[in-house]
Parts: sequence; structure tokens; C-alpha cells
Amino acid sequence: MTVLEAVNLRVVYHTAEGPLQAVDDVSFQVEGHDIFGIAGESGSGKSTLMKLLLRLLPVTAEVSADRLRYRGHDLLAMDDRSFRRQILWKEISLVPQTAQNALNPVYRVGDQIMEAIQAHSTMSRRAARLRVAELFDIVGLEDRLAESYPHQFSGGMRQRAMIAMSLALDPGLIIMDEPTTGLDVLTQERILRNLRQMHAKMRSAIILVTHDIAVIAELCSHVGIMYAGRLVEQGPVRAMFQAPFHPYTLGLKNAFPDIREMDRKLISIPGSPPHLAPGARSCSFAARCPFVLPECRDARPRMQDVEAGHQVACTRAGEAEELRRLARERETWRSSM
Amino acid sequence: MALLDVNSLSKRYELRPSVLARVLSGKRMRRIEAVRDVTFALNEGEVLGIVGESGCGKSTTCAMIAGLEPPSAGTIRFRGQDIGAFGAKALRRYRRHVQIIFQDPFESLNPRLQVFDQVAEGPRALGLWSEAETEQRVLRMLADVGLPPAAYRNRFPHQMSGGERQRVGIASALVSEPELVIADEPLSMLDVSIRAGIRDLLSELAKRRRFSVIYVSHDLSIMKGFVHGLIVMYLGQIVEAGTFSSIVANPQHPYTAALLAAVPVPDPLFRRAVPDIVDDVARPLASLAGCRFAPRCRQAVDICHREPPELAASGNAAQSVRCHLRHRLQ
Repeated sequence: MTVLEAVNLRVVYHTAEGPLQAVDDVSFQVEGHDIFGIAGESGSGKSTLMKLLLRLLPVTAEVSADRLRYRGHDLLAMDDRSFRRQILWKEISLVPQTAQNALNPVYRVGDQIMEAIQAHSTMSRRAARLRVAELFDIVGLEDRLAESYPHQFSGGMRQRAMIAMSLALDPGLIIMDEPTTGLDVLTQERILRNLRQMHAKMRSAIILVTHDIAVIAELCSHVGIMYAGRLVEQGPVRAMFQAPFHPYTLGLKNAFPDIREMDRKLISIPGSPPHLAPGARSCSFAARCPFVLPECRDARPRMQDVEAGHQVACTRAGEAEELRRLARERETWRSSM
Repeated sequence: MALLDVNSLSKRYELRPSVLARVLSGKRMRRIEAVRDVTFALNEGEVLGIVGESGCGKSTTCAMIAGLEPPSAGTIRFRGQDIGAFGAKALRRYRRHVQIIFQDPFESLNPRLQVFDQVAEGPRALGLWSEAETEQRVLRMLADVGLPPAAYRNRFPHQMSGGERQRVGIASALVSEPELVIADEPLSMLDVSIRAGIRDLLSELAKRRRFSVIYVSHDLSIMKGFVHGLIVMYLGQIVEAGTFSSIVANPQHPYTAALLAAVPVPDPLFRRAVPDIVDDVARPLASLAGCRFAPRCRQAVDICHREPPELAASGNAAQSVRCHLRHRLQ
């Protein structure tokens, strides 16, 4: 079943320096029990997209979309009040980036989760308490820890507590924002391992927003790559890592270190992302793309299917094999400076 | 003679509970040994990596080497001279030769200084050169880090991307021609697509300008191809030291092995082995009789809980390891 269906999401921020198109015609679907990764670097629009889904955008943001549906509910037709009452927490919940600091230090962890449950449902205190025990079991925390205060938890335990809270009302979709950013590698490894186990026990789909390609590889079933406000490529994770099509995805692959390949030299993508003025005509990656053609600057490429469920927005998607070969050469990326 | 000689360096911090806490709950003063008995040498032109989790003492070690924190014990010799014996004047001269590249290019630049003044600030404060010479050197430095002066000299930090800002950070550190550069996680705040470029820039400049680098990070994979020697730290101590390639190919300390096993791999088909370590956090306050790593070590035996191991050569001459079981683990 399709959990989330988004068609042509757009967000424009109105700033003192003029409008900024932070999200531009983004379309994707999250199915059943998927973990859908949204990967992008700073300024790619991934955080804006996430805030749009949760209605956390500031008033300076202008949102439009052709369709946005959660399990058949038309979210566009819903006002903020009904969204908060009917959807938020119950159907779509969030694990914030600073999950470790999101708990209130002066209340017991279990009480905070009970409070969230009771604020959003009609569950009795007793039932809520049982639910907390159940949730702690799913996230791998001992029952008795519900009586603890956040400072008695390690960072990883606090993160699990936040995940327990996000699961409290059995939502169909959980949005996780950079679940491991800033953590040490051993902690990160443990959290990713736990997330995989927890996901197997829950019914929810997950949207995982991150800049970290390795986290995508470890956890996600599908991934969408964002660049300068647009989705440039999306598809099943294996296909995306084994045979990417978009030059930006190819560049990311070159730039990301792999400890197993001692001899491979890393190659950066030269340049930096473009200014996000609305109405841009050219492909957003054209200025940094080593394979750019004149027509890339005249029209933005549309998303096209290259395989089942795998889409790419690039005019040269048909030549992917050749581009993949060229992209491995350091010279290719130098010449586009 | 080594450029830098660090000998039995230690740093203790004291946690003093308030009078009330002492009276009411009987809390006593406790000590944290952030760095304990760290010894290593760094040669001219060498790039040394220091890796470890947060709280392992890597940043404190760097702060002492940079002359920003006095050690509680031990010595740091720079070209044979004990920096602990330096007076104010000698310390100023020393700071010119030992520069730091900071982690966060969004925090480390002065938001009100244009690029030129930012980079010129150090040499001006140290009174190194005439204004004309300062200008000439700063402009050359900007070109060297890939920021064409005509386009960049008058920019403010907010007008630049993270990568450009970190290039300014590198220029500021290198303009006074240091002999040693301490780079504390200089890439971790940058986008992945540009990290390798900034690292290669630093590597190339180190070769061309012949300075040594201490490169601190918790990310082993980005050190590959850049660092020569590697030090692995755990709770203030060196647990393993050697060449980068030998340690990565054949980690001898159980902690190093766990760190390596946990390095994220960008391959959805790869299923890592679970790091062989007790799922706990490092506890700096625990006072232990034996090995500091023993509470998280799955191989620990009796002696590990009783006696602290020494850092000693392992069977292979390229590595030394602080582990009672080093001969058994090979």
C-alpha cells in the first residue's frame, strides 16, 4: 500500500534578498514498510522537504503541490488544526536530529512518553503505561528504565527513547532526521544495527533524511538524491549504488571513502551548488557537471524511468554506461572547473 | 632530530562538587585523566593521524601541543626545546610555527572580517611583516588554497560556502608559514562531495611547503592515502600506534579492530560483522586497577582487570599495542 504520495511539491522562501526556491517539483512515493532515504548535501532542500511534510515551515515559506496524500488522506485539503489532531504523531511522527537532547531533563523518560500518548489519544493511564513497556521492548530498552531521567541515559539510549516516543501511537510513517550525525563510529554502528532490528518489529514506513551515503546504504530500501531543491535520481538502493545514472550521483560515489578500497583515490565534485532563484531554466547541476551539453542550460530535464522504479532527471541518461566509465577518471572532474 | 617530541604527556581535570553537594550527599572531588602518559614523535614532513571516539583525549592532546593548555605532567619538545620552559615571547614565536585548522568553518571565522583581513590577522598580530609584504603573502596564500584573490579577498564569511570558508581557515593557518599544522576534524562539517578536495589540498600544500600535520579525526576512511603514522586513543591513552597501512591491514588491539569494523561502508550489499566489543560507552570517571578498555573488551582475562598494560612492540615491528594479550591475539 502506498503510504505517502507526493507530486510536484514546491517551497519558496520569501527572504529579504528575494525569493528562494528551496524545493522544486519534488515527487516521490513511499510504499508499505519501506525505508525511504532522502539524501542531499547542505542547501539541497532535504530539511525543507521534511518540514513541509510535518508542517513545520515558517510563515515566510510558500508551499504548493499538485498532490500530497497519506494513505489516501488528502493532506493538501487539511487545515493545520486537523493535521495536528488527526495526523501528527498518530499517523506521521518525527525523530528529530538532536534526539539526544529532545527529552525534557526534569521528567522521567517513561512519563514523557506517556504524556505524548495521552495528549494524542484517549488511552487510559494504565493502558499508556503498558504501551510504554511495549515500546521499550521494541527499541531494546529495559522496562525499569522508564523510571529514569534523561541524564541517566547514554546518547544512544536517549535516541532509542525518542524512537519509542515516535512509535507510541503506531504511526504509519516515521520521519527520521539525520539519526546518526555527529556520533562516534561505534555508536553510529550500534544505532544503525538497532534501527534495522526495530524496523523489522514495526509496521511503520520510514523516511530517513541524511547527508550520509553510508547510512543510506546500511538502512534504506529506496533512496532519492536531492540537489539544489530537486530530486535528481531515485530508485531502489541496490540499483542506485551499483549503477547510478545521474552525474551528481556518480560524483557522490567517487567522493565517498570506502575503507575496503585502499587504493582508490577520492575525487571531489568541483564547484558549489547554485543560487536557488525561482524560475531557473537550466538543469540545476549544469554548472558543476562534467558531461554538460548546451541543451542542459536551456531546459530542465524531467524525471524519466530508466528501470522499474528507478528514475533520473538527466538528458544524458541514455548514455549512462559511458558516463559511468568517464566518471571514474579524475581528469573528467578536473576539466569542468 | 624529530620536529616534535611528546613525552609522557598527561592532563588531569578536577571535578569539584559544590560545598553543598559535599555536605549533603557526600560527593567527593574526582579527577578525570583526559590524557594519560602519551608519548610519540613526529618527523619533519610527516602526517600523523590521531583517531578515537569523543572523550578519548585527542583534542586535549592537540591543545597542549598548540600551547593552549598546560600539561599536568610530561614534556613537549619542539625542535629539541621544551615548550613548557618558554616565556611569553618564546611562546609567541612558537605559536607562529604551530597553527591550527579548526573543525567548524562556520564558527571559526570572524563574521565581520573580509577574507583578506581574516587571513592577514595572524601575521599582523604577530608583527611578522610590513603591510606591503603581508598583502603580497596573503594574496599568494589565497591563490594557493584555490580562492582567486580578485574574486574572494573582499568577501565576508556569509557570502561563501562551507568549502570556501574552510579554504579560508586553511589559508589563515598556513600564511605565517608554520612547521606544524594541527587539523582537528577539518572535514567533518563539510559536504561529502567536497571533502576529498579539501583533504587533497591540505596534503598537496603540506608536501609543497614542507610542514608536518597532526590530523585528528574519528573517521579512518578519510585518512587513507593522507596520513603516514596513526595513533589510536582510548580514554586518554594510546592503545595502538604504527603506520596507517599496517594498522588498518592488521589491527592488534581489540578496540582498534572494533573501530575498523564499525567504519561505515557505502555498499548496500555489504553486511558488516558486528564489532566485537561490549555495547557500552567509555566511562572516564571509573577508576580502574587494570586496563582501561577491559570493561568493554570481550577477550579480557584476569590480569586485564588487575594490572594496567604497557604500550609495547607487538610481534610486528611496525606497531605497538597496549594489551596484555597482544601476543595471543595475533
